[in-house]
Amino acid sequence: MKKKLITIFAILLFPLTVAAGGGGVALDPVNINLNDKESLQKGARTFVNYCLSCHSAGYMRYNRMGQDLGISEELVAENLLFAAEKTGDLMKAVMPAADAKKWFGTAPPDLTLTARSRGPKWIYTYMRSFYRDESAPSGWNNKVFAHVAMPHVLYEWQGEQRPIIEKDSHGVEHITGFEIAKAGTMTEKEYNEAMRDLTNFMVYLAEPAKLVRYKIGLYVILFLIIFMVAAYMLKKEYWKDVH
Amino acid sequence: MQKVFDAMLGWVDARFPLIKTWEEHLSKYYAPKNFNFWYYFGSLALLVLVIQIVSGIFLTMHYKPDTQLAFASVEYIMRDVPWGWLMRYLHSTGASFFFITVYLHMLRGIMYGSYRGPRELLWLIGMAIFIALMAEAFMGYLLPWGNMSYWGAQVIISLFSAIPFGIGDILSEWIRGDFVVSDATLNRFFAFHVIAVPLALCGLVFVHIVALHKVGSNNPDGIEIKKNKGPDGLPVDGIPFHPYYTVKDIVGVAGFLIIFAAVIFFAPELGGWFLEHDNFTPANILQTPPEIVPLWYFTPYYSLLRATTEEMVTKGLLPLTIVMTILTVISVRNVLAKMAAVGIGSVVVVCLFIFEAKLWGVILMGLGVGLFAFLPWLDMSPVKSIRYKGWMFKTALIIFCIDFLVLGWLGTQPASGPNVILAQIGTILYLLFFFLMPWYTTFDKTKPVPERVTQ
Repeated sequence: MKKKLITIFAILLFPLTVAAGGGGVALDPVNINLNDKESLQKGARTFVNYCLSCHSAGYMRYNRMGQDLGISEELVAENLLFAAEKTGDLMKAVMPAADAKKWFGTAPPDLTLTARSRGPKWIYTYMRSFYRDESAPSGWNNKVFAHVAMPHVLYEWQGEQRPIIEKDSHGVEHITGFEIAKAGTMTEKEYNEAMRDLTNFMVYLAEPAKLVRYKIGLYVILFLIIFMVAAYMLKKEYWKDVH
Repeated sequence: MQKVFDAMLGWVDARFPLIKTWEEHLSKYYAPKNFNFWYYFGSLALLVLVIQIVSGIFLTMHYKPDTQLAFASVEYIMRDVPWGWLMRYLHSTGASFFFITVYLHMLRGIMYGSYRGPRELLWLIGMAIFIALMAEAFMGYLLPWGNMSYWGAQVIISLFSAIPFGIGDILSEWIRGDFVVSDATLNRFFAFHVIAVPLALCGLVFVHIVALHKVGSNNPDGIEIKKNKGPDGLPVDGIPFHPYYTVKDIVGVAGFLIIFAAVIFFAPELGGWFLEHDNFTPANILQTPPEIVPLWYFTPYYSLLRATTEEMVTKGLLPLTIVMTILTVISVRNVLAKMAAVGIGSVVVVCLFIFEAKLWGVILMGLGVGLFAFLPWLDMSPVKSIRYKGWMFKTALIIFCIDFLVLGWLGTQPASGPNVILAQIGTILYLLFFFLMPWYTTFDKTKPVPERVTQ
């Protein structure tokens, strides 16, 4: 008990600043626009075809995504249902989690809320920061998430990156950039665009209400402003006789 | 129609003091006519309480207090329950706004001396509401079963184990119902959050209003309007609460709702201040978040806790105790009081050597909340309102407000480097605001208080 307490207090007083996949890496800005339906649909296609093979989006239903992104029930059923039987099912991973744990050493995390826990910039930068690392078990490493268990799934698109390493004044090595060692099927611009679409989709995935809440909020606030003016006039009328 | 209505009213009134209650508390409850902006926050806090209860009822219909289901049930509310996202954001934003309104309500009380006689008990009931509210917020925060929920609860409950003589460990185990935060903890926190504490809160708020209406409201001038009555026996500077303040409060409600709605619809996370990023990951007993940080409304006290290191005890609290003891002995005239001061001072000094720093951290955190309760007796100024107090009180209050905000901000930052020293200085200043109050309110040069309220 005492030991546990000491540990907890150590955490309390000296919080760890570097966490898995966090800490100090500059993240690239990404243009998020949930009104861009086409981008969301493209992102959804990438997500379902690639990410969903190993990761789940287990709090989200296929048909809800279809409705929100303007994809008909039939299209969802024909093209997107890999791991489910009904369009009303939750988006589970194709690969069983137990198998994934055996193969990768860790179960791939659920991705429904990644855009809210890590942020869109993180996803966008992470997906573009894989590089070849022969010493890693999967043959891949990532600048944003060092020693990540996940291999570069989209390497056919992006090609293979090699890191440009520079030593700073303390002799510590930093990755300052990447160069393409082996070209993929996409140009850098196309790949960035695809990753922007994917990130855009994941922002939607993390909070579907985002599609409607801005619009509703505008009407609510407009109403409240009119209400406030009316309330103020009423107050003025009543307070006329207070001296 | 009017006849039928009158007959019905008469029927009810013969069996229940309906008209009497209406008159005593609304249409013939006389409130000072000079309330300003700061007087909105009482009624606004009541509004937030109602919002929390109503949105909470809807959330309870869909939420599952089970470690296996809790996190998913919140996401179910966010996605599959029609308007569930709105109920959830109303509730999560409401929690933060509850503290905003209550803090401003308390600041109003401190500025205008609303805690002074005859309103001491009113202030103490308010303190009980404040503590109940903190308990309510703390337990509610565990329910989404996010990783920050989990580790926040783990850290705060384990604070109880700082209590010496073997009581602490037993106590924290008893609170959790387990050796770690677990399903048992989640279930009991759910019970406390949805019925026990809200029931207490509603009861306390009722008593708070009853006590207020007994003594009457204070006002920005700190004058008793009941002392100045007209020939009709009514206070000349008073106006009936209804309709004057009901219509005025509706304006306040509208203004408040605009800001409230802006957060709910445009920034419900408020950049991590109202909903923390780490709480969008389910609770994981094996993975501590990079920083365990409570929500903003607890961070000032959290800073007091973290600032209390061994060094702080010996170099900060020890000299503070000695100085305060000497100051008290010099200032009080009564020999018994002098002896009591020496006695208490010595006991504290001895205890400072005996007990570990972490216990003092917990004590300071408790003091950070509890010291407000002593304000009615610490403030010895001949006047109530800040309008007629001198520069010393004004300076002390400004420093305290800045200190409160700085400590709040530091509580969200890593406790390392200059942050520690800064939090320690902030802690001493926080304590001095209360400890030195009897002196600076006595020596402060006050202005004459007018007979009638000013506009």
